[in-house]
Amino acid sequence: MDDTSADVPVVRPYPFGAVTGFEIDPMYFWLQEHEPLSRVKLPYGEEGWLLVRYDDCRMALGDPRFSLAQAAVRDVPRLTPERYGGIMTDLDPPEHTRLRRLVAKAFTVRRVELLRAQAERIAGELLGQMVKAGPPADLVQDFAVPLPGLMICEMLGVPYADRDKFRGWVSAFMSTTALTAEQRGAQMAELAAYLAEVAAERREKPGDDLLSALVAVSEEGDRLTGDELIQLTLQLLTAGYESTASQITNFTYALLTHPDQLTLLRSAPELMPDAVEELMRWVPLLATADTLPRYALEDVQLASGTIPAGAPVLVAKHAANRDPRAYPDPDRIDITRNAQGQLGFGHGAHHCIGAPLARMDMQIAMAALLDRFPGLYLAVPEDELRWKAGMAVRSPMALPVGW
Amino acid sequence: MDESWTLTVNHAICQGTGLCAGTAPGRFRLDGGKSRPIEDVIDPDDTVLDVAETCPTEAIAIHDSTGRRLAP
Repeated sequence: MDDTSADVPVVRPYPFGAVTGFEIDPMYFWLQEHEPLSRVKLPYGEEGWLLVRYDDCRMALGDPRFSLAQAAVRDVPRLTPERYGGIMTDLDPPEHTRLRRLVAKAFTVRRVELLRAQAERIAGELLGQMVKAGPPADLVQDFAVPLPGLMICEMLGVPYADRDKFRGWVSAFMSTTALTAEQRGAQMAELAAYLAEVAAERREKPGDDLLSALVAVSEEGDRLTGDELIQLTLQLLTAGYESTASQITNFTYALLTHPDQLTLLRSAPELMPDAVEELMRWVPLLATADTLPRYALEDVQLASGTIPAGAPVLVAKHAANRDPRAYPDPDRIDITRNAQGQLGFGHGAHHCIGAPLARMDMQIAMAALLDRFPGLYLAVPEDELRWKAGMAVRSPMALPVGW
Repeated sequence: MDESWTLTVNHAICQGTGLCAGTAPGRFRLDGGKSRPIEDVIDPDDTVLDVAETCPTEAIAIHDSTGRRLAP
């Protein structure tokens, strides 16, 4: 790693190495200082450029000269033999914008606020069940997973009687379940069939829910076929469910292991929106760069240098969120700092469509949890926690807590 | 027809997601973490309508020359 070899860029194997817990490989910070635009080779696909500084990452996410659609036709850098993609994230503007517009209305801050009372009721019920069963409880299975799952049911308009069935299917997305690829595929197929069934019912009898809205759009003409409707719904589910559930777990763990911040938040609950933003910034939910590489459509000048036309870039959002150029003392959790602009939800045309819902779920979950359990504590030593394996979103498999 | 649209961004609710600037870079830019229209008065443009309709905080308003609100 000496600077004299800078003329011939080193191509490093990527990911750099195994990490545990919330650890971030020190290589990212070395690169931020010494080689902000570096070359990497993933297990599959062509070589790419790794972006690690906040300014570069934000620009690559926000600049339409970087294309996601190209990833569908190129030998995209990837961790697995199959490419990660979906109906919404394989498109660039303006095609992407037309599709996104069909669902965007359901996810605006204003629409999501209408679900606040349901979220508070669901959180209260789940915590009530934990109290009834008595400590210790597993925060993951008893709270962090069911809360966003039930909120998705509310939003989609899944009939109450089907909720347990539905939660069983969607929990097949979770990397905490020990399903084989075949079993998982079978569960997904059942879920797709179920969604098609509910969509057909909504066609007959529309309600005030997301599926009804999507059905109405698909009825209006050729803008969304029935199959696209199901694919889109599945992508919204897979993108939103596990990440929200994992973050509720991660935020709880982060606060329990940073008691000064927990005490501060308890004494000033109005800081909750800022705390969620700061925890989004600080928690490295993904251990590696974003799973959706972007392709430069022309030579693009970033803050740290030029990305040549036709090259793919990988955006290390977790490193960008800890860039001292953007956030002073970045490794410190400080719920009073202004972390707005953190890249956890991405940036630009593909900024997470579910962000308003995820934010509300996380804020209500954390507020309800801290309010119900003034003496909340981790019921096992930190080093006994088991973390999800592999390249999935990070979080403890289980989080035993007492109160 | 000399129809024109007026664009405004409400900075009290704009979160600076970059959705508008990333979708219609000729129409919006981010400045200090908030979006601003590059030109306040434009010719009708469906892309801008799509962008306003996809803003998560509904911070972008479009009015026509009679003052009628077209979005959000």
